[in-house]
Amino acid sequence: MSYLIALRAVVGREFLRFVHQRERFIAALVRPLVWLIVFAAGFRAALGLSITPPYQTYIVYEDYIVPGLCAMILLFNGMQSSLSLVYDREMGSMRLLLTSPLPRWWLLVARLLGSTAISILQVYTFLGVAWLYGIDMPPWGYVAVLPALVLGGVMLGALGLVLSSLIKQLENFAGVMNFVIFPMFFLSTALYPLWRMAESSTVLRDICAVNPFTHVVELVRFALYLEFNAQAAAMGALWTLGLLALAVWGYDPGRGMRGKRAGG
Amino acid sequence: MTSPSSNGLSVQNLAYTYGPKTALGGVSFDLPRGRFCALLGPNGAGKSTLFALLTRLLVAPQGTIHLAGVDLGTDPRAALRHLGIVFQQPTLDLDLSVQQNLRYFAALHGIPRRDADARIAKALAQLDMAERAGERVRSLNGGHRRRTELARALLHDPKVLLLDEPTVGLDAATRSAITAHVHALADQGLTILWATHLTDEIRDDDHLLILHRGALLEEGTARDVRGNAPLADHFLSVTGHAA
Repeated sequence: MSYLIALRAVVGREFLRFVHQRERFIAALVRPLVWLIVFAAGFRAALGLSITPPYQTYIVYEDYIVPGLCAMILLFNGMQSSLSLVYDREMGSMRLLLTSPLPRWWLLVARLLGSTAISILQVYTFLGVAWLYGIDMPPWGYVAVLPALVLGGVMLGALGLVLSSLIKQLENFAGVMNFVIFPMFFLSTALYPLWRMAESSTVLRDICAVNPFTHVVELVRFALYLEFNAQAAAMGALWTLGLLALAVWGYDPGRGMRGKRAGG
Repeated sequence: MTSPSSNGLSVQNLAYTYGPKTALGGVSFDLPRGRFCALLGPNGAGKSTLFALLTRLLVAPQGTIHLAGVDLGTDPRAALRHLGIVFQQPTLDLDLSVQQNLRYFAALHGIPRRDADARIAKALAQLDMAERAGERVRSLNGGHRRRTELARALLHDPKVLLLDEPTVGLDAATRSAITAHVHALADQGLTILWATHLTDEIRDDDHLLILHRGALLEEGTARDVRGNAPLADHFLSVTGHAA
């Protein structure tokens, strides 16, 4: 019972924070929309796409990148949430969380579920705007994609947790973001399918294929079209569990989780 | 499992190192129920490390900590239930109201909403903060924020209360009010460990620990420790640092 009380409070706090940070919501929405409306328009002619699953017909480029942009929202939010963890640690609120008499793994999972819930809210808003823009999915696809978004959100949030446990100071975060977010995004199937990448370089194709972000993108893509990508789901689940375990380990007090060296 | 201070705070042979640097080298002390103990030490003395160990933000490879008789090492969750903490860093979410902040904390301790609201009302009333429950923390002054932190730390009826330099940055009147309030809590049976740099917050009857370079330099009532000298002068003479 106390587990659920704490879960509700942690998720509720994420919502309240989110409500108070409207600019964060707008920014999270503008980013994928710029990609969709500007980038996709520019590349529409350059990137011809053949029919690959889950698509059963030729699609326009905008259709192709929508799932990748949904995953991008999860990625950016997961990282932003871990950035706020580093900030929380420099303030005292992380200490508050970690000195609760509940198991630490549960507190971390609660935090992850909270940030994932916010991400999903943003993804659905983005899908709504995309629909207004004329990019629509099968109606049930919007429902079927929910579990994929939960898995992706938790996985990328856990990645953020792992990073935040390694990063000791807020100032170091920007660099790591550049070394994590951009490679993960560009070396994935978010913007181009694997076979396109293979035409340029098989090594890059292989990197894209093992990138955990690719599994999130494909899981979301298939779910939106009411298909289940078992390989992406299995790999996504494995990555999620692995990253969760690493995050719990990263925040183990025996390892000396400290924002900075003790001062006095 | 009981310790010498089954209702207070007991620390035995506690040690911690950061790589080659010893932050704490075998510290022991025992505070019975209802004792107000001031912890005085210059920067780098090991106060923050001690607090991190007592709150289990760090785990000590050596030594034991008992909170209200419960071993923090073997049963951390039960031990943490007895512990209230006022951190040096602010822990309140500035965009949330006082009530929302306190509800969040109560929930982290598994306290259901209805029970939490009753406890919050009581804790705020005791600190003359009842009428500010709905205010955003951002609009509170430093003194009221600290009082909110104190109310927060007391919500789950802890038996041991740790305060890490809780009056830093406050004006004299607020400092004195908070110091008096926490002394009154000790009179009601709480065991208090109060880390400070400010000797005027320490009363002659208080228990005093002087920590220096990771070791306990002196221990006793403040009156006995200081002898005939003012406490600030005594502290300076034994540590070489002004308090």
